[in-house]
Amino acid sequence: MKNKTLLFQIAQTHVWARKKQSAIAALGVTFGIGTFITLMSFMTGLNGLLDGLILNRTPHIRIYNEVKPSKNQAVTLDSTYGKAGVLHTIHSIKPKKTLSNIRNNRGIMKELAQDPRVKGITPQVSARIFYQSGSILLNGNLIGIDALEEDRLFQFHQYVIGGSPSDLAANTQGVILGAGVAKKLSLNIGEYISMRNAQGKLVRLKIVALFQSGLAEVDNLQSYTNIKTAQLVAGENTGYVTDIHLKLYDLELAAGMSEEISNHFEVSSIDIKQANAQFETGTTIRNLITYAVSVTLLLVAGFGIYNILNMLIYEKMNDIAILKATGFSSGDVQRIFIYQALIIGIIGGLLGLGIGFLMSYGISKSPFETAALPTVKTFPVNFNMWYYIGGAVFALITTFFAGYLPAKKASKIDPVSILRGQ
Amino acid sequence: MMLKVERVNKFFHDPVELQVLNNISFDMKSGEFVSIMGKSGCGKSTLLYILSTMDSDYTGDVWLGSQLFSRLTPDELAVLRNEQIGFVFQFHYLLPEFTVLQNVMMPALKLGKKSKEQIEHDAMEQLRLLDIEDQALKMATRISGGQKQRVAIARALINSPSIIMGDEPTGNLDSKNADMVFDLFKELSLETGTSLLIVTHDEDFAKKTDRVITMADGEIISQ
Repeated sequence: MKNKTLLFQIAQTHVWARKKQSAIAALGVTFGIGTFITLMSFMTGLNGLLDGLILNRTPHIRIYNEVKPSKNQAVTLDSTYGKAGVLHTIHSIKPKKTLSNIRNNRGIMKELAQDPRVKGITPQVSARIFYQSGSILLNGNLIGIDALEEDRLFQFHQYVIGGSPSDLAANTQGVILGAGVAKKLSLNIGEYISMRNAQGKLVRLKIVALFQSGLAEVDNLQSYTNIKTAQLVAGENTGYVTDIHLKLYDLELAAGMSEEISNHFEVSSIDIKQANAQFETGTTIRNLITYAVSVTLLLVAGFGIYNILNMLIYEKMNDIAILKATGFSSGDVQRIFIYQALIIGIIGGLLGLGIGFLMSYGISKSPFETAALPTVKTFPVNFNMWYYIGGAVFALITTFFAGYLPAKKASKIDPVSILRGQ
Repeated sequence: MMLKVERVNKFFHDPVELQVLNNISFDMKSGEFVSIMGKSGCGKSTLLYILSTMDSDYTGDVWLGSQLFSRLTPDELAVLRNEQIGFVFQFHYLLPEFTVLQNVMMPALKLGKKSKEQIEHDAMEQLRLLDIEDQALKMATRISGGQKQRVAIARALINSPSIIMGDEPTGNLDSKNADMVFDLFKELSLETGTSLLIVTHDEDFAKKTDRVITMADGEIISQ
């Protein structure tokens, strides 16, 4: 213990006595760790934002009624149908008339709500309407939602500007109007909009907020209101529901569960991966890039740290010889340089954590405006504690080896072969 | 017997095979003050480095006291150097980051047999004997060459070694300082029974020692 204290004091003296070299070595660690943390936080922050665009807002499973031809045509009931040598020909198959309403939607929702895989369910009512301004009629789509549930499960507020989903929930005659429609009709929050339904019936709703998804074709058509209002506009009764959206705890279960639902309840359903096949590819590629960049950064930083410490130790060859000549063992000499490397690693690493945090913080406060995310005003940064822990562990491990390897080599040499070379 | 050397041979392999020490054998009694003389390149410094355990690339046997150290591991040799051998280099070789006092204390701190206060007191005592106690708190790089050499001697003495070896320890000193160092060595040999083995070019210095070993071309020609 006494010996280790002495060795540590020698290491400490070496570090302080050569402030410039020590500072340069520590800065090498600092920048390596700092840039690693900053880039990881920033890249995963951006990835999270992009993933969130899809993952948070898209239902994991969507249940609806699809217009399609009946599976069992009259001819399939014939006893000779499908037999060898028999050829049936049918012309002009017409799709079966289906109601948009999901049959037994209450029963379906009740049953799914008890499923442990399901995080939440929201029903929607979609109604085709026309926005009216004087004699002008604009094509449109009014969707009835449970605004609060929709916000809890699918981050509805991220689309809403000038108000909030709860404003809609509080006003039965309210509407969140598509930003494109509002612009075309020169309407503002607080004003009233007239709509006609497919039967020509006129409704007036109060604009409580605007809706902006960033997709012009959606913003020019779509508006949101409460379920009851939408049912009223559609001219349907209170049991009328056109879509059921599910959010699961585990996204990976969506595909299997979607099939289960469509078989069990005899409805159409689509899972998130089917609906957004390109999303999965995008995520995989982005993650790959993130890992490649982080590994490269750590490698470059690691070699930098190793080089600087290596040089620091070779400059101290003379001291190694003197220490050994006065009775310090190879192990003692190694320890002195490992302690030095670790002192530099810890100081540089801590500074690196600080710089990484400050740079990430700076980025997270830089303005970033995008039409797809009206509520996002600054760059997204992922302040994940694990990048800091990873950076710190990496700093310690690399500086340890950067001190250990050259010190081991140097300590094995007979002191005289160092001194004689002078 | 303090030191016993038997059939020590050493070769340099680079750039060409060269025998620097040829069958060196001699003895040294406890408390004896021996000097080694010879022309440059005769192998006297090389021999001294082997005897001080700092060079392990040789053949032959060397006993220090009753210890045959040519068979010891590097770590055991380090302990032996620390406890038993005080070495003074031709060039002072002080640790530049430390003060004069810290340099002198270092081998004793490593040995760890005394308290830090005791060691500091002993180190100041050594510096006083060598007339440089006023430099104790200066950095080792901030004193003159002659002073550095005396600090190196103080460092060699701090653990009260049984033998002191010097590679021209007075080579860089003026005659006044050289005489002082000689007197100190002589006193050590007489009063504490410390053995001294000093390589030197200085004939006056050598003449005053108990015995002079003369070397030429890697061999002892007289002792």
